[in-house]
Amino acid sequence: MSHLAVAPLDVAAVMASVGAADRGGVASFVGLVRDHHGGRAVVELEYSAYEAMADAALAAIVAEAEDRWPVAVAVRHRLGVLAIGDAAVVVAVGGAHRDETFAACRYVIEELKRRVPIWKRERYVDGTEAWVDPTAPGGIVSA
Amino acid sequence: MASVQVLLFARYAELLGSPRLAVSLDQAATVGDLVAVLRALPGGNSLPERPFVTVNLTQAGFEQHLVATDEVALLPPMAGG
Repeated sequence: MSHLAVAPLDVAAVMASVGAADRGGVASFVGLVRDHHGGRAVVELEYSAYEAMADAALAAIVAEAEDRWPVAVAVRHRLGVLAIGDAAVVVAVGGAHRDETFAACRYVIEELKRRVPIWKRERYVDGTEAWVDPTAPGGIVSA
Repeated sequence: MASVQVLLFARYAELLGSPRLAVSLDQAATVGDLVAVLRALPGGNSLPERPFVTVNLTQAGFEQHLVATDEVALLPPMAGG
């Protein structure tokens, strides 16, 4: 199954997919669309991706986490136009104990932000738009 | 080689006006040669001097040689999550 989805993410289903009788805990991170960025009022976001590479990179990150900790990992990232409050990304990690589930969850979201080719265009209340660029001053580049 | 297919994403596709370009290159051309051609196109001067380039889904250095069947892509700074 692809790690990318245009349809709304089912957070509960992603979390349930890593639960099992021998796993005592599920840690999760859910990234939601926020209504502001750098002091500007955001009305919606559009995510796009280099889909073949993004899916492969997410699979690699999941495999790395499952190799490093005794856990099961699921991750989904949404693409397309999202409204304020929509879930953009879900990471769920099931394991026998909490330490490894929190550690693996943190690892997956940080590596996702660093390595996965996904881009985000913000639309503001004043009708302007910009590309989010974590390397740019202020975190955006005007479209 | 005849030409190489280049995928452009997000802001870079906007700068060059297309998500996909066919670029004619000399035999034994490198990633660096390709970037130089792209930066000379209309809108291309806003590309960084050293953009993140992948060849067949793997990050490539500027010295890597290209063949016509390669899938080359220029990736703006990533912003997922």
